[in-house]
Amino acid sequence: MADFGFNISKPQSIDTNDMDVNRLQALEEKVPSFRSCISCGTCTATCSARQFGSFNIRRIHNLYRWDQRKGLEKEMQKCMLCGKCTLVCPRGVNLRSLIIHIRKALADKK
Amino acid sequence: MFKPLEMKEKEKASRSDESPKPREIKRRLKAVKKIRRKKRLEPEEVELPLQVAIIGGGAAGMEAASVLAAHRCPVSLFEARSELAVNVKNKYKIFPDFSDAGQLVQTMVKALDHPLITVHKDTEIVEIIQEPDAYILLDNKGVSHTVPAVLLASGYEPFDAKRKEELGFGIYDGVINSLQLETMLKEHKVVNSLGEEPKRVVFLQCVGSRDEKVGNHYCSKICCVTAVKQAIEVKRQQPDTEVYVFYMDLRLWGQGYEELYRQSQEEYNVHFVRGRISEAASTFDGRIQVKAEDTLLGQPLKMTTDLLVLMIGMEASPGTRKLGKACGLEGPYGFVRSKSVHLEDNLSEQEGFFLAGSCKRPMHIAEAVNDGRSAALEIIKFLRR
Amino acid sequence: MTTKKHYWNEYQKEIADDKYFYERSCIRQTFFPGSETAFLRMIKEELGKDILDVENQHTCTGIGFYTDIVPLETTMTIVARLLSLMTEAGYENYVPSCVTSFGVFSEIVDLWEHQPSMLAKARKILYDTTGRTFELPKNIAHPSDIIYKFREELKEKMRYRLVNRFTGKPLRVVEHIGCHYAKIFPNKGVGKAEFPHVLAGMIESWGGEVVDYPERRHCCGFGFRQYVVRANRGYSVANTKKKFESMQPYEPDFVVANCPGCTMFMDKWQYTIAEMEHKTYDKNGFGIPVLTYEEMAGLLLGYDPWELGLQLHQVQSERLLDKLGIPYNPNEKYKSVSGKILPNPEKPQYLRV
Repeated sequence: MADFGFNISKPQSIDTNDMDVNRLQALEEKVPSFRSCISCGTCTATCSARQFGSFNIRRIHNLYRWDQRKGLEKEMQKCMLCGKCTLVCPRGVNLRSLIIHIRKALADKK
Repeated sequence: MFKPLEMKEKEKASRSDESPKPREIKRRLKAVKKIRRKKRLEPEEVELPLQVAIIGGGAAGMEAASVLAAHRCPVSLFEARSELAVNVKNKYKIFPDFSDAGQLVQTMVKALDHPLITVHKDTEIVEIIQEPDAYILLDNKGVSHTVPAVLLASGYEPFDAKRKEELGFGIYDGVINSLQLETMLKEHKVVNSLGEEPKRVVFLQCVGSRDEKVGNHYCSKICCVTAVKQAIEVKRQQPDTEVYVFYMDLRLWGQGYEELYRQSQEEYNVHFVRGRISEAASTFDGRIQVKAEDTLLGQPLKMTTDLLVLMIGMEASPGTRKLGKACGLEGPYGFVRSKSVHLEDNLSEQEGFFLAGSCKRPMHIAEAVNDGRSAALEIIKFLRR
Repeated sequence: MTTKKHYWNEYQKEIADDKYFYERSCIRQTFFPGSETAFLRMIKEELGKDILDVENQHTCTGIGFYTDIVPLETTMTIVARLLSLMTEAGYENYVPSCVTSFGVFSEIVDLWEHQPSMLAKARKILYDTTGRTFELPKNIAHPSDIIYKFREELKEKMRYRLVNRFTGKPLRVVEHIGCHYAKIFPNKGVGKAEFPHVLAGMIESWGGEVVDYPERRHCCGFGFRQYVVRANRGYSVANTKKKFESMQPYEPDFVVANCPGCTMFMDKWQYTIAEMEHKTYDKNGFGIPVLTYEEMAGLLLGYDPWELGLQLHQVQSERLLDKLGIPYNPNEKYKSVSGKILPNPEKPQYLRV
């Protein structure tokens, strides 16, 4: 293949036709309260890990919804399971359970 | 401004009913007061000898009519179209409790069956002339009506989504507006452009509202909860269809609305995406491709859907615009301006000219009904002063 | 394809009737040399109009301006000088061949309307440096607008139609409008911004079928500064690639564009993508021919394809010419103006020619 001195950029837009809806559905069945999330960000605001690192649970769950899992497994290791997020959530999402299940799902479907 | 009156000419031109001359009105009202005082009757015990005109046979107008009649005040209700309450009739179920719109209309129309109420359908008021103590209304059939008080309840019309060219309404078959979806839901036939059950339905909020490009900066107030309601209805009728709602903000201010939102997520698995759709294009297989940004992630996305439902806003109706302008009561965006939104929301700057309903601003049915009722009470207060 | 309704909006833009002052394009003269000659021939001979093509014209520096190399004042003065050439020749209708130039002129005239001090400045600088004066043009129209306006008249003179003579069906054409045509001032483009009608109108009048595909409105990626710097070029190319991937299922017969950059991009990048990624967007590996609107009109009028300069395109058009039923002499393909047969160009590795 020819090399003209540059690479053609890859599209960065999320193609939702590529997502596997079953993955999200399986997670929602395990953690039903996850459906109530409105992405208000209270969890990330209080999160212990986010204060010192990039771990953003609100962002992670948004990515997971679109089946964008690149780099997620590594990020998920940063959660200390302290439970502050679950305490403050206005919609009553069981975040600790969610985090544990996302970790498991990412590990299983390698 | 009101047109100046050439009394004799106008009278010669088109007088058909027995409406009294303007001078008469003041005299008759005074006479009624005298009789009442003499016979020591309560105001409501004496029927007013004059008709009040209500322009607009929608939720507000109909409620005002029945309240006025209950207070022994004769009413003439003018509706430009052939049917009453078209803007309620074209709905299926009403939020937040899914009451049936058709039944609601039936109840309101039944209340109009009263000896003191005269309903004039297919009658559009084309001119209003202000006189001391009276208004003369000219309708499209050439008949004039002289009344002591007028209630303008000419309502709204839904935004024409064709004005948002980039969304493909009127161009691509898979793009419909929320009213068309109501009809589909009523008929239990939510289908895509090929007539099949859609695998996915996408709702887009704020079409024609909060949009500088169409000149409507305001929020139409009821579209957010309508989308949530319709999303639930789609899922109830077709549980396998995926439903996405694309929004800028979710404004669920009413009682039961936030709970409806929560229910739509928990029970019906409706997905909400914060990001406005910029364009809709047709795909090779007749579906619709939309582009939006998931603003919470900061990433653009594209989605292919079978049906794109545009949540259209409320704009002032042509009648509201015309009459509002003619009477010097034009407010922002063509709606009519009340005297003060706090304590005098049913009054206008013209004495004896009252306002009710969505001709003033976007409002939902319950609010329009309440507004019609309160306008009626203002009118009675005015007439029995 | 269930898009039954084609709502190509017919917005009537004011396009001048006659007495045009033509400004040639930098890129088109290089890459599509036959196009401008064909346009002048069409306007003069077929339509009998008056169009002036002066010798001492020059670049409008649009490309330099958008690449952030040439500052606004310089571009403004250059524009003023070009207008002075027009005024000097006694014309009032400005017709820039390039879409970016059209955009530059529209923007600068608009700027001068809103900021008269800038207009005064331009007059002063021009006068001080060259002793020239100028008048504002009465009308700025793009050549594609003019062809659009007279498409029915040209149709009368056309020998061919945009019909596939093997199947009898209309040819499927993808039309691409330059960004500077309607996206900056939607009112200055026929049909405004969402569904521009200038090329669609031509295609429909002349018997073809316009293809509406999802990425129709997407920019070709030219972007000036992005393309000019090699390290950024992949970013530009990615946009054209996105368009081709989107139009591929519709199997278009050819692409027509009214901007020099877009035509060049869509033509040349098919070669680049073919060589880099071994991918072409038509069934047989030849690529989709990309024509300028003058070439399209010229072919239908019966002008010789080699005089129009089709041999200089990256994607070869012989298969399209066969579909149209236009005769051509393969032996004369690389004949120069003086009659000498030039050596054939090197063949690409992957793209078939």
